[in-house]
Parts: sequence; C-alpha cells; structure tokens
Amino acid sequence: MSSNALTANFKKFNYEKYASLIALVVLFIISSILSPYFLQVQNILNILRQVSYTGIIALGMTFVIISGGIDLSVGSVAAFVGAVGIIALNYFLPIVGNEYIAVTIGIVVALLMGSLAGALNGFMITRGKIAPFIVTLGTMAIFRSLSLFIGNAGEVRSDSNLFGNFGMNSVLFLPVPVFVMLVLAAVLSVMLNQTRYGRYLCAVGSNARVAAYSAVNVDRIKFLAYTLIGLTVGISATLLSSRFNAVSTSNMGMFFELDAIAAVIIGGTPMTGGRGTIWGTVIGAIILGVINNMLNMLGVSPYLQGTVKGIVIIGAVYIQRQRA
Amino acid sequence: MTDVLLKTEAIYKEFSGVPVLKGIDLEIVRGEVLGIIGENGAGKSTLMKILGGIYTPTSGQISFEGRPVTIREPSDAKKLGISLIPQEFNLVKDLTVYDNIFLGSEIRQRNGLLDKKTMMARTKSLLEELEVTIRPDERIDRLSAAEKQMVEISKAVAMDAKLLIMDEPTTVLTQYEIDILYRLMHRLKRQGVTIIYISHKLKEVKAICDRVMVLRDGEVICLEPIDKLSIYQMAERMVGRELSQIFPKKERAGTEPVLTVQNLTVPGVLENISFELNKGEILGLAGLVGAGRTEVAETIMGIRKHTAGEIILNGARLEIASPEDAVAAGISYLSEDRQGSGILTGFNVVDNITLVSLRAYCDYAIDLINSKRQRAAAQQHVERFNIKTQGLDTRLEFLSGGNQQKVSLAKSIDPQPIVLIADEPTRGVDVSAKQEIYRFIKSLADMGLSCLFISSEQEEIVGMCHRVLVMKEGRMMGVLSGDEISEAEIMFLATGVRETETLHE
Repeated sequence: MSSNALTANFKKFNYEKYASLIALVVLFIISSILSPYFLQVQNILNILRQVSYTGIIALGMTFVIISGGIDLSVGSVAAFVGAVGIIALNYFLPIVGNEYIAVTIGIVVALLMGSLAGALNGFMITRGKIAPFIVTLGTMAIFRSLSLFIGNAGEVRSDSNLFGNFGMNSVLFLPVPVFVMLVLAAVLSVMLNQTRYGRYLCAVGSNARVAAYSAVNVDRIKFLAYTLIGLTVGISATLLSSRFNAVSTSNMGMFFELDAIAAVIIGGTPMTGGRGTIWGTVIGAIILGVINNMLNMLGVSPYLQGTVKGIVIIGAVYIQRQRA
Repeated sequence: MTDVLLKTEAIYKEFSGVPVLKGIDLEIVRGEVLGIIGENGAGKSTLMKILGGIYTPTSGQISFEGRPVTIREPSDAKKLGISLIPQEFNLVKDLTVYDNIFLGSEIRQRNGLLDKKTMMARTKSLLEELEVTIRPDERIDRLSAAEKQMVEISKAVAMDAKLLIMDEPTTVLTQYEIDILYRLMHRLKRQGVTIIYISHKLKEVKAICDRVMVLRDGEVICLEPIDKLSIYQMAERMVGRELSQIFPKKERAGTEPVLTVQNLTVPGVLENISFELNKGEILGLAGLVGAGRTEVAETIMGIRKHTAGEIILNGARLEIASPEDAVAAGISYLSEDRQGSGILTGFNVVDNITLVSLRAYCDYAIDLINSKRQRAAAQQHVERFNIKTQGLDTRLEFLSGGNQQKVSLAKSIDPQPIVLIADEPTRGVDVSAKQEIYRFIKSLADMGLSCLFISSEQEEIVGMCHRVLVMKEGRMMGVLSGDEISEAEIMFLATGVRETETLHE
C-alpha cells in the first residue's frame, strides 16, 4: 500500500509537478557551460529582477487561467495605475509635507486602482456574462488610451526621490521586486493549495456547472480571481515605476500580458484551467529570463529573441499535450 | 406475399459484458410504420443505433431488401438508404436550410465553387413536395423545433431514404406540430418510405403506427398489428415483469412532514407542483423523459427560478436563490448528469467527496483546509459505500461509472442534509452497484433522512418508494401510495391514459 503510494508519488514527481523545474535546471547547466559569467551572483540577481515585474503579474494570471479565463489588460492597467499612483504621490507631497506619507499614499492608490481595474473586468465577465477574452481585450485598449491621455503620451515623473529608491533596495540580499514576488508566490501557493478558495477556484475552472451544482458561488470565485490579478498588476506597476521613478505611458507594460501568460503556460498550468501551480509559474518566468539572458550573452540579435520565446511557449504546450 | 425491406436475425449486443439486446428477430415490411415501445433501457435506442451504423452488433445478421448486409458505420447505412433522425438534431445551426440538406453532398459548379442556386431550387421543390413552408435560405437557429424536424426529414428524403428511423420525434413538439408531422409521415408512407417510430407515448403509437413491437430487457415481447393491442395492453407488456429481489425491504416511514412544496410553478416548465415529504420517507418522482422531474429538483435547489409557490423545510419558508442556499438549508442534490454536473473527473476522491461540505473542513478566518480531517471523512465514505479505488488521491477519471456514482452520492450526503434529492441515482451503473446504492439510500432513510427519489426506471421506483408522485409535461398526474404503486399504474399516469381521482377533487 505505502510502496504503491510511493510509486504513484514518484510518477507524479517525475512528470507532472516538476517538469518545469527540471527544464530550468537543464537550462542552468547549459547556460553555465556556454558562459562562465552566467552563474555569477550579480547576473542571477539581474535575471530575477528582470523577470519579477511580469512574474508578479503571472502569479495573478495563474489564478485567472485556473478559473478558465484570461486577462489581456494587465499591461495597459500597469501603465495606467503606475501613472495614477505617481500623480497621487505628486499631488499629496506638497499637501502632507512628509515624503514617507506621500509615497505610502501613492502606493496605496496604485494598489487600489489596480484592484479596482481587475474588479471591473471581473464584474463584466461574471455579471455581464461576456467572454474574458473580449472584456479584457476591451479594457486593454481602454486603459492604454486612458494612461496616454493622462500622461499626454509622455512620461509621468515622480517628485519624490524616496519613491525612486525603495524599489531598488534589497531585502535579505534580494532586490525588493524579487523578494515581493517570492513572498507573494508563497502566499498564493498556500491560498491555491490549502484554502477553500483555492479548491473552489480549481473546481470552477475544471467544470463550472459541477461547481455551481456543488453549492459553489461561481461568479464570486471568478470575480475575486480578476480582482486579485488587478492587485498583482498594481504591485508590479508600483515596483516598476519606482525603478525609473517615472512611468512612460506609451511603453510601460507593453506585452506584459504575453510574458505573464507565457510564464504560466511554461510553468505547467494548462490553458484549459482547473488546476495549476504557482511555483511552476515562478519557474516559468525565470526560464523566460534565463533564455533572454543566454541569448544576450551569446550575442544573438535581440530581434530574434522573440522567435526563441515563441518556440519555447509552443514547445512547452506541446509537451504538456503529450503528457495529458 | 409481403415485401420485407429489412430483416434482423438474432441480433445480440453487449456492452462490456452486459447484454443489452438478447437476440432480436424482426421483419419490417416496405411502406409500413412500425412502432417500437419499451421502458428506458429496454434496448430501443441501441437497436436503432445498430441499424444506423453507430454501433455494430456483437452477433446476428441483418438483411436489407433480401440481401445480407453489414452496417459498420453511418455512411454504410446512408448508402443503403437507412436514415436515423436522433432525438437531438444533427443540424448545423449557423447554416441555412439548404446548406444543411446538402451538407456533405454539396452540388458544385464547374469551377469548384458551390452551386447555391441549384441547391436552393432543389431544396425548394423538396420542401414543396413535402408541403412544408420553410424558406430554403432560412438559418437553422431561426426555426422552431418542429421545423427543424421537418428539415431533418427533408434531408433524409433528399438522400432517397428507404427506411426512416425516428427516435422520440415528438418530445419537443406541440400538438399542432405533431399533427403536421403525422401528415408528413402519411405522405412519406404513400411514397413508399418505411418508418420506424420509437416513442414513449402510447397514444401516438396507437394513432400513427401499423404494427407495434414491445421491447423489454433487450428482448422482443410481442410484435403485433396495432389494432390487436389496446393502450392498456401495451403499457402492461412494457412493464410486465416480476420485481426482482434486489430491493431492500421497505420500512414504515414517518408521518411528520419535513419538506413541503406548494404550488411550485416555473412558466412553461412546471405547473402547480405540490407535495409533502415526510421524515424518513422515500418519495418517488416518476414520469417519462421530459415530464419535468429533474426540473422539480433544479427548482428546489435554486438552479431554476420559480415564479410562484413555496418551499417549506421543517416549518420554515425558504428563500432559495442558488444551490448554496439550498445546501445551507439542508437540501442536497445528487445530479442525474454525473459527468456534466455531478463530479469533477480531474479531482481526486477526497476533493470530490468534500467539495460541497468543504466549509466544515476549514479552520481559521482564511479557511485553511484541514487535510487530515478531510481525508478521514473521505476514507469513511470510501469504506461505507464500498468505493473501489486505488487510493484517496486517485483522480475520478480512473474510476468506473458505478464507483464514480458512489463518490457522487457520498459528496451529496457529506454535508449531512435533511433532504436528499437523488436524481437517477443508478443511471449507468451495473446491477451490483445498483443494489448497493439502493441499500445506502434505504439505510439513510431509516436514519431519518428524507429522500426525493427521481427515476426513469419504474422498477426501482416501485421497489424503493413509500409513495410515488407521477408527472407528465410539467404537471402532477397523481400520487400513488402503498399497494397502488405498480409499474402499470405509474405507466398509465405517466402516459396520460388515466389520471387518479384524487386530483379531481
């Protein structure tokens, strides 16, 4: 009995759960052979920092994809809430006169606006019964246009140096965005695997009809998933705008939705929903970062990096299909 | 001298060792309308699917126009001129009538493009010939159910069908539409088309058919000219079988009402449904497919909204807007559609069993699932219901239908409901699992659970229930209790041959 369970676990271990981790390890080995510079701490930290902004969004995207949906609006929302956060910061700085309070207000506003934008998506998807793809395609256009409007298609610059600094600090030797991503991943992983909400989320994505018949409030579960991804977008936008101490309303967040979805898929969460893995998504994001880093070091044209990324995404899904 | 169009000899069909057809001998005469009747699971549809090439028989011989034939797939049947019109239409709803009629055999111009003009003209003359007034370029989803049926028939005629098999064609039709269908059938008959007409509705069979065949448990019970059998005799032959010993002995049920449903109405679906369910009672809900039994359950569960009526549980009037409310109040539902709304095949045994009752296994404000308690509860159900599974972590897709059904039952009773609505609790499970499920439901009732027992199998309704409410077309036809409960009596009510006097007070 227990040896049976062990074999079953071992099988699961091999193919399902750790496939993306194995891929990452293989990638690490190849990269370190190809370039001696790769394994240096500074390089690794750089990779992690680069992937953390879309990585944080990808965590929320994991929840949305498990629920059977998608969110295309994350990049536009990031630009919008980043800009709104800085505008709030600049507005309150002379009023409250204390930089710490003003920065806090700016961050809180960004997080709130992000959650609100997500909630708006969630509302239209659940109450309006409109397909997530359509709703978020619409809000993708809306929020990009709104952020271009408020920033006059240019930069929204913060008046506080403190804001520009906090995102560049380190916690426990890790850059702040990386630390935030890992903490958030830990929290969301517990939420997904060990709470009632996480169980319901999988049930809804697996078969919404069965979930509804099983006394699960399907609309509420979906609504919360979209609100959550909105919050992660708010967090990511705050960290990213802190990095430049400004938001470029035309550029910020471009193709974030693609990178976030790619990280989720490469991490092993199926597009069909119903199940998924948060740590897989973290690994998926890192895989994308390592590939970019490796191609840079090998001197491959940056124009070709998209090609490689595309091949990796398609390959990952193909392998998943073979497993299923 | 009769002109035999189709002949079957000793057709046997097994599904994974379970015999469904046990040697069917049948001769169909050219130009006749043959009615086939029988209870659910008698083998009617299986036989038709064999003739239509969807199934192949395990053994037996089919001859068509005097020649032995093998029908391996639907295209073989089509070539012979056998056309099957299933209960669910096979029409592409976004295409037009003529697109559908010529689907798969389109007429093309020389340059390879579709010759829409010719197809439309042919469709027009075809529809005119059948005296159907539908525009050839109308889109399918704009047609009524009857019109879709007409298009299906036109399609069959366009293929020069010699044998037309209609499976429950009138379930979705109104009386007016049924009259149109009958006129069309008469016309086809005059043109020499042979028709097999499968139906639950004995009156219809009596009205339209030349001969009738009664199937029961995969065997031909009788095959007679229609005037030799009354509707009563047909009903008796459909059900006439000894009650086998697989049912537990009935205990006396309580008399205090637990669930009271008053004048429940869903426009177009249910009309004034009223009943009382007592403590420890198993109340059967019987009727033919489409009678509205599942709809009663779905309305009580808050899946359908009712416009009038009350649901009272233990004296308190309930406002149920969703299954969440119903479960919280103490009503649980075992869905008839196991795969579609009962279980999650991608979830393991534990997560399925505790899905409805998950709140009870959660600690702290963040609803952290207590895995230990959850597994212990699931383990109890696995033992109690004798669920055969490799382990608690096995995903349900790897369990057999019977064991899936037991998991589904465990899931419904894990919240410890006051009332269980069991909708087709033994659908698609083998006899031994059936027997076990009967015992579980009975032991639950003995412990005081009240059960609304919905089933299409008259036999299990008779074997299990203290009282039986029979429905037809969304209305109550009568309530049977005690010795009144018999398959024939249920069939009389369900087919509308007779209504009990109690309803005419």
